[in-house]
Amino acid sequence: MLHFSDLQGSLPGLWEGMKVTLQMLIMAVVGGMFLGTLLALARLSHNKVLAAIGGAYVTYFRSIPLLMVISWFYFAVPLIIGWVTGTNRPIGAFTSCLVAFTMFEAAYYAEIVRAGIQSISRGQMNAAYALGMTYGQTMRLVVLPQAFRKMTPLLLQQSIILFQDTSLVYAVGVLDFFNVAYSKGNITGELQQYILLAGAVYFVISFSASRLVKRLQKRMTV
Amino acid sequence: MISIKNVSKWYGDFQVLTDCSTEVQKGEVVVVCGPSGSGKSTLIKCVNGLESFQQGTITVDGISVGDPKTNLPKLRSRVGMVFQHFELFPHLTITENLALAQTKVLGRNKDAAIEKGLKLLDRVGLKAHAHKHPGQLSGGQQQRVAIARALAMDPIAMLFDEPTSALDPEMINEVLDVMVELAKEGMTMMCVTHEMGFARKVANRVIFMDRGQIIEDANKDEFFGSPRSERAQAFLSKILAH
Amino acid sequence: MHYHWDWGVFFKPTGVGSEIYLNWFVSGLMMTLGVALSAWVIALILGTVLGVMRTVPGKIVSRIAGAYVDLFRNVPLLVQLFVWYYVIPDWLPDNLSNWLKQDISPVTNAFITVTVCLGLFTAARVCEQVRTGIQALPKGQTNAALALGLALPQVYRQVLLPQAFRIIIPPLTSEFLNIIKNSSVASLVALPELLAQTKQLVDFTANQFEAYTLGTLIYFVVNMLLMFFMRWVEKRLRVPGLIALGGK
Repeated sequence: MLHFSDLQGSLPGLWEGMKVTLQMLIMAVVGGMFLGTLLALARLSHNKVLAAIGGAYVTYFRSIPLLMVISWFYFAVPLIIGWVTGTNRPIGAFTSCLVAFTMFEAAYYAEIVRAGIQSISRGQMNAAYALGMTYGQTMRLVVLPQAFRKMTPLLLQQSIILFQDTSLVYAVGVLDFFNVAYSKGNITGELQQYILLAGAVYFVISFSASRLVKRLQKRMTV
Repeated sequence: MISIKNVSKWYGDFQVLTDCSTEVQKGEVVVVCGPSGSGKSTLIKCVNGLESFQQGTITVDGISVGDPKTNLPKLRSRVGMVFQHFELFPHLTITENLALAQTKVLGRNKDAAIEKGLKLLDRVGLKAHAHKHPGQLSGGQQQRVAIARALAMDPIAMLFDEPTSALDPEMINEVLDVMVELAKEGMTMMCVTHEMGFARKVANRVIFMDRGQIIEDANKDEFFGSPRSERAQAFLSKILAH
Repeated sequence: MHYHWDWGVFFKPTGVGSEIYLNWFVSGLMMTLGVALSAWVIALILGTVLGVMRTVPGKIVSRIAGAYVDLFRNVPLLVQLFVWYYVIPDWLPDNLSNWLKQDISPVTNAFITVTVCLGLFTAARVCEQVRTGIQALPKGQTNAALALGLALPQVYRQVLLPQAFRIIIPPLTSEFLNIIKNSSVASLVALPELLAQTKQLVDFTANQFEAYTLGTLIYFVVNMLLMFFMRWVEKRLRVPGLIALGGK
């Protein structure tokens, strides 16, 4: 059943796919966390307009499917970039997907960061203000470092989910790990084997990563 | 009625009970006291099999608790238990709390169970609260309901596990009054408690435990007159100083 | 670059009977809700059983449920769907396999596949919620129920689960909303649900922005409506005098 006629020959291709997957993952994690932190700060801001915008962004992206965002952005991102820059350079599906993941995941990271900030006692902020720090300094030097330490496991957990979700770029033809496996399966007529192989690879990576996160979490609570 | 013979229990390597033996006769009231962590709560939970033990035997009305063939639910339904934190079921009304085990365990019909529950509720002075949920009652009221809930099963004996230690001081007496009355009616009772006033009033015997062992097991007068062990003396002087 | 805006596109005829494009969205939404609800039934039942298994004394039973959760949470949903769609049918007995592949329509086949896939996927998440809910209850509740003579299944049915479910209504709500969103992967096995219908409109009319705007809006509105509905349910089920456990 699980016989591959030429697995060895497929390995370089699969590895290329995995590199695309990891590239997408890392860039989206970094971008998503950055945007997410800004959104969290906006939501917690005393400025009502800013808070409303942050809230609306998060609610909006959390209530629509990621696959919808990916499909939409696949069309919209090149058009919008074209309008903004006035040029007509073609934008690859990879970039569209990256924008989609970054903006989508930012909404999820924002909620985690917000909870993290709120878990830091009001007294910490007051103490920082009492020392003469500005809002920016208080956040950067006192609140966020503590919040991020607390939130690390959750942020990592969310990133593992993102790792799995990157497989959805299959829908717009990006040759990530899963799409390469799928195509190899189609070409060789061994689709079932390649799907199961892909599943096993995702499982091993996600499973080991979440075990590591769990261990980290335990160490942190002790 | 309750017979505990050479019971020992370990959590992993840590021994929580060491060779405990005692008896509670029918109609007797036995108070178990001792510092926290002495194993007294663990011991009383062994009596109805909520805690397992590795050595020794416990029999209740001739039935061995540790025997794997024993029908534990059936045994437990005949022994009432009252807990430190009341443990009423918060999602059910007071009436439903009283009726649940009567219908599900004893198979009584619902009306009979409710009637019986209300009668007991009246007895503990809380009939007016029958329709409420536990969260709407004070701690003392909840504990009285918990006693009524246990009595509704027509138990042959009652176990009390620190029934007043989670209560505000002004509520302790309302619960103790119910317990005293119960004792006077001849209920067989085993009570883990620090309420020495209660012990003096109704106990037949007092057991003192420390570090998992039964240090002293004496008649009430003997115990309060002249405890033999130093540890019991130290404990008593600390408790009675309050 | 020019783009022709035309919000009237939804009311144009598709060319099939008297159908307009808006009908596609309606039938797509129905399909989405149908698949989500069917999958939710599986997820809720199986997830509760698994969640209980994780909390009962007895290591083996708990490990089995734990392994299930690990497996279904660490493989991407899309891969799981393709396993159900392309691999599992060949493993089934011949008559069942033939029934799936030949006797029923491709849409029915996709519907069944997606329902099973989403149901089993979400069951792993429901399991964890149920377990958390049960473990959040004081240990004394179990003891008190046992002390009254209730057998373990009765303890769960009468005492633990009714309380646990009240606690986990909010996370269960978001799991149900997740099922609706996740069901969009069904568009990749040609089930004509909301996303697939949206894409079809894009292909037919080239009015991408309008199509995706409406598709997104429908997901958004359904999400909001369900959220408000569940908040109302949660309030109705709140136990009087129990702020700490029931509410947040």
